[in-house]
Formats: sequence, structure tokens, C-alpha cells
Amino acid sequence: MNARLLGTLGLAILPAIVPVSAGAEALRIALASEPTAADPHYHNVSPNNALGKYIFDALAATNADQKAVPGLASSWQAVDDTTWVFKLRSGVKFTNGDPFDVNDVIFTFCRVMNNPQSVAGSFTPYVTAFAKVETPDNLTLKITTKTPDPLIPEKLAEIAILSDSIVPHGEITFDLEKKCGVTGEWPTLAQLNSGEATIGTGPFKLVKYVKGAGVELVRNDGYWGEKPAWDKVSLLPVPNAGPRLAGLLAGDYDLIESPSARDANNLKKDPKFSITTKPSNRVIFLQFDIERDKSPFVETADGKNPFKDERVRRAVSLAIDRNVIVKRIMDDAAAPASQFVPETMFGAQPKPEPLVYDPKKAKELLAEAGYPNGFKLTLHATNDRYINDGQVAQAIAQFLNRVGIQTEVDAMTSSIFFSRRSKREFSLSQGGWGSSFGGASNFLTQFVATNNKNLGTGRSNYGGWSDPEFDAVISQANATIDEKKRSELLQQAARMALKSLPDIPIHFESTIWAFRKGLSYEGRMDQYTLAAAVKPAR
Amino acid sequence: MGTFVLQRLLQSIGVLLAVSLVVFLAVYAIGDPVELLVSQEATELERDRMIQILGLDRPIWEQYLTFLGNALRGDLGQSFVHGEPAIQLIVSRMPATFELVFFALLLACLVGIPLGLVAGLHSDSRTSRIIMTGSILGYSLPNFWKGMMLILLLSVWVHWLPTSGRGETVTVLGVPLSFLTLDGIRHLVMPVLNLSIPNMALMTRLTASGAAEARLQDYVRFARAKGVRPQGIVRRHILRNILIPIVTVVGVEFGQLIAFSTITETVFAWPGMGKLLITSIYRLDRPVVVAYIMMITFLFVIINLTVDLIYAALDPRVKLMERAS
Repeated sequence: MNARLLGTLGLAILPAIVPVSAGAEALRIALASEPTAADPHYHNVSPNNALGKYIFDALAATNADQKAVPGLASSWQAVDDTTWVFKLRSGVKFTNGDPFDVNDVIFTFCRVMNNPQSVAGSFTPYVTAFAKVETPDNLTLKITTKTPDPLIPEKLAEIAILSDSIVPHGEITFDLEKKCGVTGEWPTLAQLNSGEATIGTGPFKLVKYVKGAGVELVRNDGYWGEKPAWDKVSLLPVPNAGPRLAGLLAGDYDLIESPSARDANNLKKDPKFSITTKPSNRVIFLQFDIERDKSPFVETADGKNPFKDERVRRAVSLAIDRNVIVKRIMDDAAAPASQFVPETMFGAQPKPEPLVYDPKKAKELLAEAGYPNGFKLTLHATNDRYINDGQVAQAIAQFLNRVGIQTEVDAMTSSIFFSRRSKREFSLSQGGWGSSFGGASNFLTQFVATNNKNLGTGRSNYGGWSDPEFDAVISQANATIDEKKRSELLQQAARMALKSLPDIPIHFESTIWAFRKGLSYEGRMDQYTLAAAVKPAR
Repeated sequence: MGTFVLQRLLQSIGVLLAVSLVVFLAVYAIGDPVELLVSQEATELERDRMIQILGLDRPIWEQYLTFLGNALRGDLGQSFVHGEPAIQLIVSRMPATFELVFFALLLACLVGIPLGLVAGLHSDSRTSRIIMTGSILGYSLPNFWKGMMLILLLSVWVHWLPTSGRGETVTVLGVPLSFLTLDGIRHLVMPVLNLSIPNMALMTRLTASGAAEARLQDYVRFARAKGVRPQGIVRRHILRNILIPIVTVVGVEFGQLIAFSTITETVFAWPGMGKLLITSIYRLDRPVVVAYIMMITFLFVIINLTVDLIYAALDPRVKLMERAS
């Protein structure tokens, strides 16, 4: 049958032999995860935000290292703790010819607040933090915030600016009660997905967005910034890594996201392809259950929760050889972590005290804490969310076993893991967190600070760790506009957190891009693949 | 016959009810979709608002009854992830899957039935043994691996075919179709082959065993004695008699492939329903999963009904009324 099969196969492909080669200026990118909407305000998630950056601009932009740089605003300044003045770029036009000015910005802020279809408000907290938005002139925006917020430029970099010409309106003012002067219907998700209202100032224009099949874009020739090298870009969702790589090898894609590290190492040897590896903002870490006297997945002789003892937490950290995990399991597509954000990020410690591997010391500390024979533990982890997450958890369990903590791994799909973790069902869990903005303050505020609904801190502090001194430092940092002072406070907070270790950083994931020879891509810490930054090599 | 059809459709309502309840509870039990949808950085207020909008703050039985009430009006709910009606989302993916499955089964029949006849009618020959052995291979190769091998062979090595996606489509009566453009056909070939190979093998084996049995039957001998030409015997007597199991299998396979060609769609990034189902399950997008399973159940009911009607057309001895009672 094999010969016959090949025969049939030959017949079947007769009409299809000539491969269509794409024009030199078309770029085909295979995405690992697909955007769920072309509406940039629909859901605040990476794939959607990345697509938004093709079509739209924001007041600020973020560079490859996540620093806020001028976007539609050419400059800005914090006049005092709660007042920011943004100078808008002049001469910028939307793709429908509408000139860009303050009205578009205010309209956008109002649309964010009037977008009932959006998932969980998405960008609304950024706008509700404004007390007033005034417009001294057509290209100057004065924003007064309710509380001091040093992250205003970074937050504004996330809000894609729409054109006010897509709705009928009177005079536009930042008056949410009066719908900001908009007289017609607010633009809907469907209108933005279809392209009808998808009018931006970005480097590309939307041609077609078909769910499951991909996004087609063309260059915006009126773009105000450096024009991209590509006339046409297709973003094709290929969630499975194997077929994605095959597509690159076969020449169907010019660039692919996230090949596995092992495949990337092979590609390195192939003269027809290149790869870029860039450390991402995502840290993989362990979180202890500390608050409870009895923890559900620990079994000790005395029945107590050993993780209440700082020495035990330190011992867990000392027991783990991060270099082995990075080398053997991550195939070097990761970096060992001794703090919660990579060193290049704002507020990170330039030279953190390394979290070393010392099993002997770990055993001593366990004995000192009253557990010379260790205890029984289940480590909970995801198995489909982070790179090789299940294997990393297995390795950590092995390391813990060696110092006497009899550890089992329970790895599960992320939808179950996240539900259970938020119900605080675990004793020790392995999580991951991308600090997508705010530099070093992001992780510390979210995971280490005391859970406080009014302040909005510690929302992911599932272990219930609480240290008033730490809280004081981090909240002071979050309200300090002066960059130097804030950076110092953040470093101080990080040192405090790394001393008590309510969470243990393990490694930072790297993001890999693979592409055909003749291209270059510098990579981005936020893991976005932006065609405007893909350059043909000269 | 009208009564028979009506009776069948009424029975299907009971089936649909049972299926909806089971799926609804199952997805509910897996986990909380809000954890996946709402960023951990979202405030308590937004989170609660979202839970309220999705109706997840109410007890499960109330959620189910609301769902049933809406379903009676043809509304199977809004996708949590896409913010669109679940039905609309599924229907928009349907043409891609139907196209794939239709051509896969067509190819399976066109290749499998002739091969099966050859093997069954000359069951002692070497050709027959080769065909039968080959069919075992075709049947037992894992779908995922076979897909990757096809890609490796036809795309990566010889560069004949594109690895994935649907290619250029032409919209006919509002339905996007691939097989009308050259680019579309090039994209169709590999996924169709991948889906088709196990079915080819199945058809071959079914036809072969049927034909081997039928050619020893009395009516074949008598026909031969009467002097009917060999082709006539095969066409009028053997083929017609062995078609009933084949029709059944084609029907069942059609439903199966429409509903669960997930692996092929994933390997070839084919934007069909199977891919939608799998991503929806991962994201706990309950409305889509429930709507999907209900539509598939309904599809199976319709397919079984059609298969019964075809039986009656093929075999005058089959009486529909009897079967229904």
C-alpha cells in the first residue's frame, strides 16, 4: 500500500506543485498565541496589546527594555506629585486623515470607560486614577491624578489612542458624566474587529482580522515615525511549537515566536536561519503558605506549619541549584534569579546578593529549626503555562528531597491551578509572573505586600505574608515621583523581601525568536513580536 | 416516514437536555474562568463586576436554568473570552471544518472502496495481501505523528506544499471556501490526507471483508450461472449489498471528524471548529464548550437519521416505521 499511497499522494498534489514565493517586502510571522480582538481596549492581555501596537500608538511607547519613551507625546513632565503635562506631537494624522490632537486622547480615555464589552474593565483603573484632564491648548494635556503615581507615563503607554472621528460628538471634555461630549453610540467590539472603526496612527493599517486564521496588515505610509520595512505583514496563529518550527523550515514563515530551546539550539547551526534570545520580564518563583498555623500539604512531626520559620524558607532556597535547572531543563534559555526582576529593569538591584546552592547549609538550617529529618510536602505547579514548568517543579522536588524534605509534585493544567491557588489551597506553589510595567515595584506590590483591598496591594499574596515595615517602604516607593529616590526605595524593599523570603525567585525565562537569514530582530523584554522592529539585514 | 422523522427529532430533545446538563456541570467543576480572564492586578471592584456580568455570582442551578431559558430562544450565551455569541463563533468556524471533512471522506471512499474490492474479490492474491497489510499501517499510525511526517516530507524537504493555515478563500453565498483557489487547494491537501488515511484504511478493510463474504453468496453464484458479466455482478450485486455497513461508518465518521478533528486542525493550524473547542476548554470558556457539544449532539442525531433514510433507499427490506416503534 505504501507505493500506492505515494501514488495517490502524487495525484493529489498535481495541481499544487508550484510554491508561491512571497514578495520581498511581505513579512509572515507565526504567533504562539492569537489575539482575541482587534479592539485594543477589549482585554488587557499580551497578544491583544501586541496587535494594538501595530495599528495604534499611545502617548508614550515602551522600548525593548520596557522603559517609557516618547510616543504620540513628544515629551512629558511631572510638575508636582499629582500633575503631569504631556506635549503632543504635531502633524500626526490618523489613517483616515483626521489630525491627531488632545480631543482624540480624551475621547480615548472616555471610550475606555464606556466599553461595556471589555473584559474586567481592562484599562479602566488607569483612567479612574485621573482627577482632571485639562487642555491648555490643542497639543498640551494636563493630567491631575487623585494620588501620586510615578507610573503614569508607563500606564499611558498601554492605552491605544483611537480617533474621535469614528463617532459623532460635540465639544470633547474629560467629563465622564456627560459622556465627554460624545453624542452617538460608542464604538463596539464588532466595529473594531471588522476594521470599520480600527483607525489608528500606528505603523500599520488593519486589512483583515479573522479569528483562528490570522491578521493581515499593510504599512501605514503616512506613519509619523520610522517607516517599517514591510509593505504587508501577516500574523498567523500556530499555537503548536512543532508545526510552527516546520513552517519556518519550509519557508512558510519568515519569523516565528518561541521555538523550544532545544530546537533553537539546532537552528543556530543552520546557516539558513538565525535566532534571538532575550531575557523576559517573567520570573519563575516559589510561594510559601506562611500565615496559617496548619498548612494543607505539609506533614510535620509536630503538626505545625514549618514555613512560618524563616530558616526553613532559607533552607528551601539553599537546597535548589538554579544553575542546573537553567542548564539542564531550560537549555540555557533562562537566567538564574537572585531577585524578582532582571537587573536591567527599573528599580532592580544592580548586584543582588546571589541566592546560592548549599545543601549542607540547608540541612543545618532545617535541623536548627527543629526538622533534622525534614517533613513531607506537596509542591503544586502548572504543567502548561510556563516553559517546561512541570519539569522545573520535578527538579525542585528532587533538590528538596536531597536535603530531607520529602517532596511530591502535583502539576496540573493552568485553569485548575490558578483557581485553586486563589482559594489558597496550596502549601508551596510554583508560579510565574511577568512584571509588565512598574519595574521592580510590580512583583513586590502584587505578591509580597500585605493583602489590602483598599490600597490594592498584595492581590496575589496567597501565602498571607505580612511585614508592616516592608509595606511602608513599598508604598512610599509607589508614591515617589523622583526616579532616583524611587529606585533606591525599591531596592531597599527587594532586599527586605529577599531577607525574609516569603517568595523564592528561581529563574527568569528567556524569549526566543527564530527567523530566516536576512532578517534581524532585537527581541523585547515584554515578549511582543513587533514587525516594525524586524529589519532586513543590510 | 414523516412520523418517523418527527419521533426521532423529539427523542433528540431529551438527549440534548441530558448532554447540556452534564457538560455544564463538568466545565463548572473544572475551575473558575474568572481566574483566567481577569488579571491578578485587577481591583476587587472590577473583578466582582465581571463575575456579575458573566452571571457567575449566582448558584449553579440558577445559572443552568437561565442558560436553558435562553437556549429555548436560540441563545446559547456569549463567549467569555471573545465577547461574541457562542453560536456565531462556532458557525464562523464551521465551513473550514466541513470542507476538510467532506474532502477527507470523499477521498477515503474514492480510494478505499476500489482498493477494498480488489482485495476482497481476489483475497488470495499478492496484491490483496499488500493492500490489507498497508491498511493496517494506515489505520494504526498516530494522527499527530503522521501530520508532522507529512509536513516534514512535503513541506520541509521537497517544498511542495504550505505547512499550515487555510490559504486564500473565495466567499460563496457568504461562506468562505478554500477549494476554489489554487492556493486554497495547496493548503487543503495535507490536512485532508492526514484525516483521510485512517478512513481510507477503514473503508478498504470494510469493503474487502464485505466483498469476500458476498462473492460466496448464492445470489452471486446464480448471477454468474445466469451469465451476468463480472463487472455487472460486482456493481449490481456485491457492491450494493455491502454498502450498508459502509454508509453507517461514513455517517459516524462524518460526525466524528466534524466534531473532533482537533488534532489535525491543531497540527496544520486549520482554523476550524476543533481548534476552537480545544482553546475554549483550556480557557474554561463555558458557553462555547457547552454550545459546541450541544451542536455536535444535534449533528449526530441528524446524521443518524440520514443514515437510516439512506438504508431504506439502499435496502428495500428496511422499514422505517418498524425501526421507530
